[in-house]
Amino acid sequence: MLLLALDTATPAVTVALHDGTDVIASSSQVDARRHGELLLPAVDRVLTEAGLGLDAVTAIVVGTGPGPYTGLRVGLMTADTFGLALGVPVHGLCTLDGLAYAADIEKGPFVVATDARRKEVYWARYADSRTRLTDPAVDRPADIAEQVADLPAVGAGALLYPDTFPRVHEPEHVSAAALASLAAERLAAGEQLPAPRPLYLRRPDAQVPKNYKVVTPK
Amino acid sequence: MADSRDEPLVLGIETSCDETGVGIVHGTTLLADAVASSVDEHARFGGVVPEVASRAHLEAMVPTIDRALKEAGVSAKDLDGIAVTAGPGLAGALLVGVSAAKAYAYALGKPLYGVNHLASHICVDQLEHGPLPEPTMALLVSGGHSSLLLSADITSDVRPLGSTIDDAAGEAFDKIARVLNLGFPGGPVIDRYAREGDPAAITFPRGLTGPRDPAYDFSFSGLKTAVARWIEARRAAGEEVPVRDVAASFQEAVVDVLTRKAVRACKDEGVDHLMIGGGVAANSRLRALAQERCEAAGIRLRVPRPKLCTDNGAMVAALGAEMVARNRSASSWDLSADSSLPVTDPHVPGRTHDHDHVHEVSKENLYS
Ligand SMILES: [Zn+2]
Repeated sequence: MLLLALDTATPAVTVALHDGTDVIASSSQVDARRHGELLLPAVDRVLTEAGLGLDAVTAIVVGTGPGPYTGLRVGLMTADTFGLALGVPVHGLCTLDGLAYAADIEKGPFVVATDARRKEVYWARYADSRTRLTDPAVDRPADIAEQVADLPAVGAGALLYPDTFPRVHEPEHVSAAALASLAAERLAAGEQLPAPRPLYLRRPDAQVPKNYKVVTPK
Repeated sequence: MADSRDEPLVLGIETSCDETGVGIVHGTTLLADAVASSVDEHARFGGVVPEVASRAHLEAMVPTIDRALKEAGVSAKDLDGIAVTAGPGLAGALLVGVSAAKAYAYALGKPLYGVNHLASHICVDQLEHGPLPEPTMALLVSGGHSSLLLSADITSDVRPLGSTIDDAAGEAFDKIARVLNLGFPGGPVIDRYAREGDPAAITFPRGLTGPRDPAYDFSFSGLKTAVARWIEARRAAGEEVPVRDVAASFQEAVVDVLTRKAVRACKDEGVDHLMIGGGVAANSRLRALAQERCEAAGIRLRVPRPKLCTDNGAMVAALGAEMVARNRSASSWDLSADSSLPVTDPHVPGRTHDHDHVHEVSKENLYS
């Protein structure tokens, strides 16, 4: 088995290869504005490091967010298209689950929070590193202060809002290595992984014009 | 690697606006033109909503690639290259197509060509009328662009002679359709009403046609305002608006200016044929008046069928095939979407060492 994992749902552009036992190569760069440019060269680098071609990959795992949409789609579209060209399955994993797994917390509860911009966070609550308790949500930190009070908080979203998340826990950024390990573990346990569908959590910003008639000033 | 055969098999991906297009060409022969449109999702907003378009591209891409391959009856491994619109267009929408094209090219071990959307609109005519004459005069008119371009070599030399200084021609159609409560998009419905109206019923202004105005630039904002004011004056007076006559007179003002300036550009530059592309090229009156004026001026008119005028993947494949045929360098794996890619860049070549890298990677890849 050779898993290729990638995630572009947060400022991190991250890629990893997992052979079913271990992560054999990985790359992570943090640059919120260049997901589209950085991802393919990173995939190429990771494969070269492992001395393998893309055709050796037997399944793909992609972070489904939640995350800002433009970056998120880069990873999903790349994963989908690899799947089409290679004829291998494409699985999705919640990006927050990758962060929770990497935090390696055996006894929770704790929260994971990433930056949703517009003064909001994407977040979820966990019992431990492998067990999510709530659906991913997007909220203003102040609005969830009570629900997350006194809990350790993982991720860049927690670092941004110390008033709401005073107890910050590592790591800050998601890694495809963690995502790949989590996926390998779940697949080995015979679990079905989710479909690679984006978790936008917000509707597109679009206003239906109220009145089509008046386009000229009086 | 792309060799010097003159009939390359190329797949093209287009996502610059609201159409997810995947086309496949064999040289100048069209094999497949699969398009999934999100236009219905935008209609209630009265215009294209970028985020709605981007979401739809992600959903539609893989099924549309599949459909194009089936339609063409070719296998992905036989392709000589993958082309994609790198710009100009909506940034987020472009990025979906660029991501797909890069992943597809990389996985298949094929060269990638990031190409210019406007040059693609011109090059698509090769699929309809054979190789483009050189130079070619092109009038591109759509909801996003209104340009007069002179191309000596569609893969390397496209010169802008003029463009709109405010609204695109298609935008004016959308806005007037909105004022007339005819819905979105406005082009087809105005064309339909105009057929039953009198184009001389109302004299609307012809923008930028004075002796001191720039010869090849366009302006449709003043016309739009004049038409809207005319309609609102009627309504304010409690009179019925003659929709057919307004549509015909407005449309006449637009196509009069477009064809007049295009024919003048041909004469000034000594070019004896004119290509018209873009969504507005589907307009029946534009086609008729252009034909009439070109004939009178001894100019040969080339307008592709309407489905090739609107945004599609075949046009991108057509330009990609030309890039392969003329040995233009491929793009590199860090190709990015450029929402304001200049019209003077027909494609986005990779840096030299990246170009070598493309082929080095190819050897390690799937079907070699
Ligand atoms: Zn276009």
